[in-house]
Amino acid sequence: MRQYKVTETVDFVIVGAGAAGGVMARVLSGAGFSVVVLEQGPHLHERDFKHDELGTVFHRALTNDAKLQPQTFRAEAAERALLSQAIGYGRMVGGGTAHFTGNYWRFHEGDFREKSRWGSIAGTGLADWPIGYADLEPYYAQAEEELGVSGLAEANPFEPPRKTPYPLPPMPIKSSGVLFERGARKLGLHPFPAPLAILSRPYRGRNACLHCGFCEGYGCEVGAKSSTLATVIPAALQTGCCEIRAGCYVRKIEIGTSGKATGVRYFDPQKREAFQKARSVIVCSNGAETPRLLLMSRSNRFPDGLANSSGLVGKFLMLDCGAFCSGLFEFPLNDYKSVQVSRLLHDFYDPDPKRGFYGGGGIDARFDMNPMQFGLSGLPADAPKWGSAYKRMLSEYFTRTMHLLSHSTTLPLEKNSISLDPDLKDAWRLPAMRTTFQCHPDDIKTMQFLMERQLEILDAAGARRTWSLPVESPKQGVHLMGTCRMGTDPSKSVVDPFHRTHDVPNLFLVDGSSFVTCGRQPTCTIQALAYRAADYIGRAAKRGEI
Amino acid sequence: MRQATLQAAAVWSLLANSHSHESDERMPFTGWKFFTQEQAREVEAVTAQIIPYDGTAGAREAGVVRFIDMNLAQFEQAGQHIYRSGLTHLSEQAQKEGSAFSQLSDAKQHELLERIEQTEFFELVRTHTIMGFLSNPSYGGNQGKAGWKLIGFEDAFAFQPPFGYYDGAQKE
Repeated sequence: MRQYKVTETVDFVIVGAGAAGGVMARVLSGAGFSVVVLEQGPHLHERDFKHDELGTVFHRALTNDAKLQPQTFRAEAAERALLSQAIGYGRMVGGGTAHFTGNYWRFHEGDFREKSRWGSIAGTGLADWPIGYADLEPYYAQAEEELGVSGLAEANPFEPPRKTPYPLPPMPIKSSGVLFERGARKLGLHPFPAPLAILSRPYRGRNACLHCGFCEGYGCEVGAKSSTLATVIPAALQTGCCEIRAGCYVRKIEIGTSGKATGVRYFDPQKREAFQKARSVIVCSNGAETPRLLLMSRSNRFPDGLANSSGLVGKFLMLDCGAFCSGLFEFPLNDYKSVQVSRLLHDFYDPDPKRGFYGGGGIDARFDMNPMQFGLSGLPADAPKWGSAYKRMLSEYFTRTMHLLSHSTTLPLEKNSISLDPDLKDAWRLPAMRTTFQCHPDDIKTMQFLMERQLEILDAAGARRTWSLPVESPKQGVHLMGTCRMGTDPSKSVVDPFHRTHDVPNLFLVDGSSFVTCGRQPTCTIQALAYRAADYIGRAAKRGEI
Repeated sequence: MRQATLQAAAVWSLLANSHSHESDERMPFTGWKFFTQEQAREVEAVTAQIIPYDGTAGAREAGVVRFIDMNLAQFEQAGQHIYRSGLTHLSEQAQKEGSAFSQLSDAKQHELLERIEQTEFFELVRTHTIMGFLSNPSYGGNQGKAGWKLIGFEDAFAFQPPFGYYDGAQKE
């Protein structure tokens, strides 16, 4: 791996090696620029990943952890925020793409112009994106092609137009998929094979999925999951222009007298402070850590936080909403095997004014639990909690249960935010992250509506019994969106349509923080945005326009 | 000849399992890390009520108390005081019946635990029992993969479709 000195002024320093950072590193180093990627988590490899629920999921081996980075949460600004890990993200090279489920949905055309379609909604920041689906289509295709996505084009009648098929055929159907199709078709709905960032066939020197079942929450032991760790990051390193510096935690972006960013200040793995000089800074730290870093980068010139002349850094936070339903069937599904999701539907994706509220979502069929979690929370709420009756239910339910999960809209509300906790510090003495979040009543109505549809599908599929988690405003999120929204008006947005901050010309923010609205599944769009931003930034840099 | 074949099969099974860094063999016991011998016996009796033997292995047979001991010593030291005070309270309750909890009849043990079902202590032991019963055997519980066998979970490096009854039935 190429190594740069901190005193050397590199072309780009990228903060965060996740979904977006990996793509940015690949494209910019491929164009010959010198790139240093600073990642707070470790650089793990396939051999480090295990089928170990306690060590991986319970002990948060791959994600941020309260021991090092405690957080606080409150529903409303008037409340005192209490200790709570509201925000979860992949804290490693590869970021969330290393441990994610692999759901890879493009946005629909309408997702980019929701205000035009549905009108303003009082008390919300519902707005159109400054870009449209057509602007992103080539980059969606590039992401699918370069990373490796399995799926079946034209199987979804609600699918946005695409110029190319998926590069790989869909994953094999599971029992949950068969039952979901059975139930959905009876109701006149349109289930289709899930597009997944997991390889159904060997692809570009990588292994096909072996169906071990350890996707969600785990790193793939054979590199079949199309994380940035398994794809673009090795490719970036191969260019000889990119250094990945793991275990490096950025605390401040420095601004020179010219008003441009000069580099980033960070703690190295030994907690020593260092400063990496760069001609341009690209923050890809996710929809929660990106605004936190900007707020921590306050200075005399930027007393309210960097790139925050709009006052909107950290605002309009959107988190993943959805309903979670379970069904028990007569025979074993063994749905713990293979990828989590094999079928889904988009019939309720779009909002429909006839419902009387704003919102919509997709529904997927999956099995979402490993043995420990199933033992602790997989049975219906009224099930016995211990003793022989509990044991009998456990032995019957584990192989015969499937889940339907919806992924639904969250309205952007200015009061929902990431900010710095005034009291609490992390293990580096930096201000802890504080989340303020209470979703809009229409988001709750949407979840309730989808829950009813999910239960109908399970019933139509022949479930012997069904049950649901209560619908409520999420107190935790892993889809982190909207906190540095994109727009053309510097008073109403933080970045321009190419992710350049309105306030600092050589500072770019590329991740879920740019989202204006939330879509239904973010990763595919985060990566398409990253390919588009990298293309633009690379060309602008060559022209000397940064 | 038959012996040799069995050995070869055992080696193959070890190799096949090596990805998860454990085998079907039981972990050697190296002494209690947090519990006293007496505390371990009492906690084991509680775990055996939470997941009892009923023709198939329960928490006792799976060695769950060893998981709990390791977990309290290594990963969840914050829970130690809950066990200490909870065991003291449990012992006081049991003494009213005339003996240590572990020496009471099965019915009396069950009855006593029903009375303390809502306590922080019982809830923590219940959580730890389930965790130990279903976690990777390398952590001490789930010996012989007793928990995984009960629920029908096979930890394999690779599976082939069909995975379950319904996708299998569709292909036929």
